[in-house]
Amino acid sequence: MKFILMMTAKKADWDEYTKWSKGDLERNVAFMRAFSKELKDSGVFVATEGLAWPGEAKMVHAGKNGEPITDGVFPESKEFLAGYWIIDVESPEQAYKIAARVSAAPGPGGKSGSLPVEVRPVLGSHADLGL
Amino acid sequence: MSDPSDRPIEHLLRELAPQVLSPVVRRFRDFAAAEDAVQEALIAATAQWPREGVPANPRAWLIQVASRRMADHIRSEVARRHREQVAAEETERLALPVDAFTETGEDDALVLLFMCCHPALTPASAIALTLRAVGGLTTAEIANAFLVPEATMAQRITRAKQSIKESGIPFQLPTAEDRAQRLRAVLHVLYLIFNEGYASSAGPHLRRADLSDEAIRLTRIVYHRQSDNEVAGLLALMLLTDARRAARTGPDGELIPLAQQNRTLWDRQQIAEGIALLSAVLPKGSVGPYQLQAAIAAVHDEAARAEDTDWSQILALYDLLKRMSDNPMILLNHAIAAAMVHGPRKGLELLGALDSDPRLAERHRLEAVRAHLLEMAGEHEAAITHYRSAASRAPSIPERNYLMLQAARLSESTDHKAPD
Repeated sequence: MKFILMMTAKKADWDEYTKWSKGDLERNVAFMRAFSKELKDSGVFVATEGLAWPGEAKMVHAGKNGEPITDGVFPESKEFLAGYWIIDVESPEQAYKIAARVSAAPGPGGKSGSLPVEVRPVLGSHADLGL
Repeated sequence: MSDPSDRPIEHLLRELAPQVLSPVVRRFRDFAAAEDAVQEALIAATAQWPREGVPANPRAWLIQVASRRMADHIRSEVARRHREQVAAEETERLALPVDAFTETGEDDALVLLFMCCHPALTPASAIALTLRAVGGLTTAEIANAFLVPEATMAQRITRAKQSIKESGIPFQLPTAEDRAQRLRAVLHVLYLIFNEGYASSAGPHLRRADLSDEAIRLTRIVYHRQSDNEVAGLLALMLLTDARRAARTGPDGELIPLAQQNRTLWDRQQIAEGIALLSAVLPKGSVGPYQLQAAIAAVHDEAARAEDTDWSQILALYDLLKRMSDNPMILLNHAIAAAMVHGPRKGLELLGALDSDPRLAERHRLEAVRAHLLEMAGEHEAAITHYRSAASRAPSIPERNYLMLQAARLSESTDHKAPD
């Protein structure tokens, strides 16, 4: 079964991130690289992407004539998607375990983090209600 | 999905795969490396044969190419290990002519199946390895079928082979005392492959239906080599279920439930074959769960119209099945059959027992059945609520769409009636 692990962070966390020390950043990057390799080696990896800074994002909605109206102002409190992994595992518990591992990625001072990671099933194409 | 007869070379290769792999494993005694070598030989054949024609003895050709790959592999291994003694032995082995190991064992495919479906492997690993080593599918094809990257599937296969190596599973048929239990494991993996293909034949991934064909082909191999009523039962179940494939989805991949299917689209030939298989084994006694499920599928298939379905017989079969296994999915289907015979109230009462069953992972099915039975009972408001609840938990897009449409249909017809 496939799950998406979505790592999110508030604007304050993103701002904080820019101030990390070189050592902290290196440790974090090394961890993420090892984490992705681990997913690949264990045969559960489907996809992953990291996203650009929330400052690069635009909110778009359709205007009266369908023209795009963009908006770049974000509320402080909003959680922004930082990146995601899609994995194919045998059980939800296995997905939670993997999510907890990446949630604990090293943060400032090399201390284990605890960023929230939303784990949600990816809809499949199965069609079998048994009816 | 294309007709296998359009792809004669692919078809031939899939058939030859286990007949090539077994002798190479026997000769070189390294399953993991031999399996890789045969995969490379199959890929080489896919590239060469359409251009240059199929060789006079295709099996010998594949063994030759696979053996050459093995020789390369062993030479580099030996170089790596600097082990003179091993080198001498291996060189001796390499010097043997191909025909020294082309003797064919009747049970080649069967030995491989027992190995690839060993209970030490996780279901996902067993499925992947079986499709490659016994089915002769390429890693890319298997990855496509399961919608994961090829590298992920390759890794899954490598890990499966590591597990086999670590658990020391011998390359031979299981002993008489293990045989029955190991055969169950093989049948379970084949059943999972079939289901993966059948349940996914809707939606944007039509090619996955190939998996059902592959499961049927592999089950036939077991059937021809193993006289066991449950093997016949599983083959019958697959044929009787797959016979409805063309009718179970609409033009846009939308789900059509059994009761509304256009039964003229059912494959009569497959139904006849399934029923013949079943009729041959049922009188022998020792009826197992696959035979019972096949018998239920046969009752559905024999009804010319949904309203002609012999639900009392289906209920009796589910009663038997329930005694063999307390699988919650069986209890769920039993409740449907009971509702069709004794009315929706009886079915709803039986569903109550499932509410607190933690083993029923697919809660949406329980909700969907409850909604359906409530609708039968004329309780439209409650039915709408449960259709919506089922939709919110559905694990796939076709199922979610189907359930939302049921809720909408009922909701609109209820609104319509309100003014009277």
